[in-house]
Amino acid sequence: MAATRAAIGLWHRLLALLGSLLGVLAPGVSRAVDLPGDKAEALLHSYIGGGVNAYGPAVLVRKSIMDKVSLSGTYYMDAVSNASIDVVTTASKYNETRHEFGLSADYVYRDAQITLGAMTSHEPDYVANTGNIDVTQEVFGGMTTVAFGFTKASDKVGKKNSPEFSDHAHHWQYRFGLTQILTSRWLASLNFDALSDDGYLGSPYRSARVFGAFVPERNPRTRSSRAGKVKLVGDLGNFGSINFGYRYYTDTWDIKAHTAEAGWSRYFGEAWLADIFARYYTQTHANFYSDNAMTETVYVSRNRQLSTFNDIGLGGRLSYNVRRVPGRYDVKLIGTYEYTRYKFKDFTDVRTGELYGYGANLFQVYLSATY
Amino acid sequence: MTILRALACAALLGATLLAGCSVPKLEPWVKPYERERLADPIMKLSRDSLPDKHFEHVRDVREGARGATGVQGGGCGCN
Amino acid sequence: MKTLSIVRSASALRIVASVVFAVVAGTASSAIAPSTPAPDFSLHAMSGPNMRLQDQRGRVVMVNFWATWCAPCRQEMPQLNRLYQKYRSSGFVLLGVNVDDDPSKAAEVATKLGVTFPVLLDADKRVSKLYDLNTMPSTVLIDRDGKVRYVHRGYLAGYEDNYEKQIRELLK
Repeated sequence: MAATRAAIGLWHRLLALLGSLLGVLAPGVSRAVDLPGDKAEALLHSYIGGGVNAYGPAVLVRKSIMDKVSLSGTYYMDAVSNASIDVVTTASKYNETRHEFGLSADYVYRDAQITLGAMTSHEPDYVANTGNIDVTQEVFGGMTTVAFGFTKASDKVGKKNSPEFSDHAHHWQYRFGLTQILTSRWLASLNFDALSDDGYLGSPYRSARVFGAFVPERNPRTRSSRAGKVKLVGDLGNFGSINFGYRYYTDTWDIKAHTAEAGWSRYFGEAWLADIFARYYTQTHANFYSDNAMTETVYVSRNRQLSTFNDIGLGGRLSYNVRRVPGRYDVKLIGTYEYTRYKFKDFTDVRTGELYGYGANLFQVYLSATY
Repeated sequence: MTILRALACAALLGATLLAGCSVPKLEPWVKPYERERLADPIMKLSRDSLPDKHFEHVRDVREGARGATGVQGGGCGCN
Repeated sequence: MKTLSIVRSASALRIVASVVFAVVAGTASSAIAPSTPAPDFSLHAMSGPNMRLQDQRGRVVMVNFWATWCAPCRQEMPQLNRLYQKYRSSGFVLLGVNVDDDPSKAAEVATKLGVTFPVLLDADKRVSKLYDLNTMPSTVLIDRDGKVRYVHRGYLAGYEDNYEKQIRELLK
């Protein structure tokens, strides 16, 4: 069958790509890149904003086996209490828990690192399965790092209390990244992503508004996106380090977005590290988005995630080194807080008719041990 | 896939142009023993994976844009 | 069609990959090659007085370049220390050349790791440049006549067995 032939052709090409990256496979050759270090991490995360309260724990454990492979396992939980504006105006508040499990293996060969990962995410009405492969290669005396990655995700979409509703969504993501050491104090990185989505890309609970009446939303069944990001990190000696980033995003739904980030990190004494960061995000609406459509169109959505809006975030992080024995183990306790203000330009609060906006608080408490 | 094609074409063109002439060999200008500042965790592009995962999830759910979040590089460059 | 575009992207990625590597594949080659005389140098030792490589003529010398910020270097130190203790009475000397910007950090870590061999301080990277290091850590084995015999780049668990074999060979 054409599909099988294409799949086999694809597999051969991927192998050839790996081959050209790794050169001739010879046993027992010296390594130029180290395996990621062993570690155990625990995170407590919380997000409160716009009527949504999401919190939960997450853990990560990483261990290297016989100095050849590094395995890592993660568990992430999201307990969501949703009374967001969509929910309260068109339905009623609900609670839901999402569980996510991930496993990945890292293998180092000479200057290259290969990562294979799989992840599964479960919600009562949404199941997502993901597989990814990433290859990172150091070139040019270790001054340049080139990375290629691919992720494929398969989702099964369901609807609470409606067993007759069942649909699928598929996602492909191709990643290319380049990190370049500019000087002994400055680093630059470039990332390009191409994303492809296919299938049911909306929400069975969300409504669009056409001529003032609420109707179920109709989203296109395909979406193709591109994103490019550039980031700069610099060392300021005693004043710590600064970083700047900019990302441009565009897709076939006509959404264009700009993201600008800046951050500053500095050590205070032997045990403390402080960061402050700011982020600005702005996007234009999808071509089928409307707060209140005045024409009949094939696709229509009132999903505020696809509207014209901007958000500004400001946050800080404080890290305390609890125990440190260089080369043996390192335990850190980190607290993070970020406040983000969302301002919508063409999404209104149906209760008031005013343009919608809200502030969100994000908290993280994180314990990290490397050994 | 036009961006990838354009990138591939540009790279191929660059390679063919360079193949013909003798380009002075470009040496790495930051030596491994000069990477002390770059090896510091404060210079990492992404410090902690779990917290970054949380940030990315929060933004993915609320913003239309996705992707291009990062790749690791730099560091001590040892071994 | 989805599979066709995947195949196209994979081949595009592959072209980009091979071209990137073809263009930037060149890396610096070390000026230190086996059977060449080891460049002489004189550095301040952590414990005080200067030490000169020439003065070690007649002994087998291992010069190890390390830094506190280099994880494989720190892993290697206890192994090097063991080799130093074992063979120093047979005419073996180990010089640990540290390349930290701040020498006090070197002293702190060396003491913590229980290093007994001389630690020389190369904060201005003069000797590192002279030996044209292209990896951290780097270990150079010099024979009794002052000639470079073996150069090791990087460190992985098990390298010390190789070092021991070579030291014994040169001590004969």
